[in-house]
Amino acid sequence: MTVTVNGETKTGCANVLEQLTQMGFDPKRVAVEKNGEIVPRAQYEATPLEKGDKLEVVRFVGGG
Amino acid sequence: MWEAADAPTITKEQIQAAMDQRFSPEIRQKLANARVGIAGLGGLGSHIAVMLARTGVGTLHLVDFDVVDLTNLNRQQYFLPQLGQEKTKALCDLLRQINPYLTLLPQTVRVTEENAGELFRDDPILCEAFDQPEQKAMLVSTVLEQCPDTVVISGSGMAGYGSANDIHSRKAARRLYLCGDETTDLAPFRGLMAPRVSVCAGHQANLVVRLILGEETP
Repeated sequence: MTVTVNGETKTGCANVLEQLTQMGFDPKRVAVEKNGEIVPRAQYEATPLEKGDKLEVVRFVGGG
Repeated sequence: MWEAADAPTITKEQIQAAMDQRFSPEIRQKLANARVGIAGLGGLGSHIAVMLARTGVGTLHLVDFDVVDLTNLNRQQYFLPQLGQEKTKALCDLLRQINPYLTLLPQTVRVTEENAGELFRDDPILCEAFDQPEQKAMLVSTVLEQCPDTVVISGSGMAGYGSANDIHSRKAARRLYLCGDETTDLAPFRGLMAPRVSVCAGHQANLVVRLILGEETP
């Protein structure tokens, strides 16, 4: 099963949280859009991934 | 400290006429009708606010819980006599010296996952200008989720003194724009300096102006 993460094809995980962790993202430092809709922070684990899903993962670094 | 009482009395019409020497009255009116939220009034937020005030953005919603500290003065808009003042108050005092006819909505409150949606629901454009990455992520996610009519412009990656050319603006999600180099994190002895944080603030403020005037590409 493949999904698209930030425009690149990746092996899909069961849910958003697993996908983030597997790709080395800190779930507390990102915002995630799935197929054009924001995924609520509390719902990463409860949001399943299916073949062809498109994720945009925006990673934040410190400073402001 | 420079007091407002020292200033010559300038009318709203005089300020408008001065602006109209640079851009059309239609552009001035669109900017005057706009409302922008700024979350965090530090290196990014204080500069964004000053730039938008100079540009004539009519309503600025300014949110920060903190007070001005000596460690802020290497990069933020504040001045020595303002040490210890709430940043909301200190910044409003400065903005009124630029244009006393703007509507300023200061709120001295710590933004949390619980209050963020309520705080920023009425801001069509919100500049995320926090310091900590976890706070940035919290604010952006919560606002995009709970404020369906709000576009967020976030700053990410402006520490140090790397090339200013690495700082860019891009559309990162449906209602999210990102400004910064997206990589340079805070680290020991790699903090923030005025030039680079101002470059990033300039990107954010310019995007605000572009969105208000109907330009949706970063």
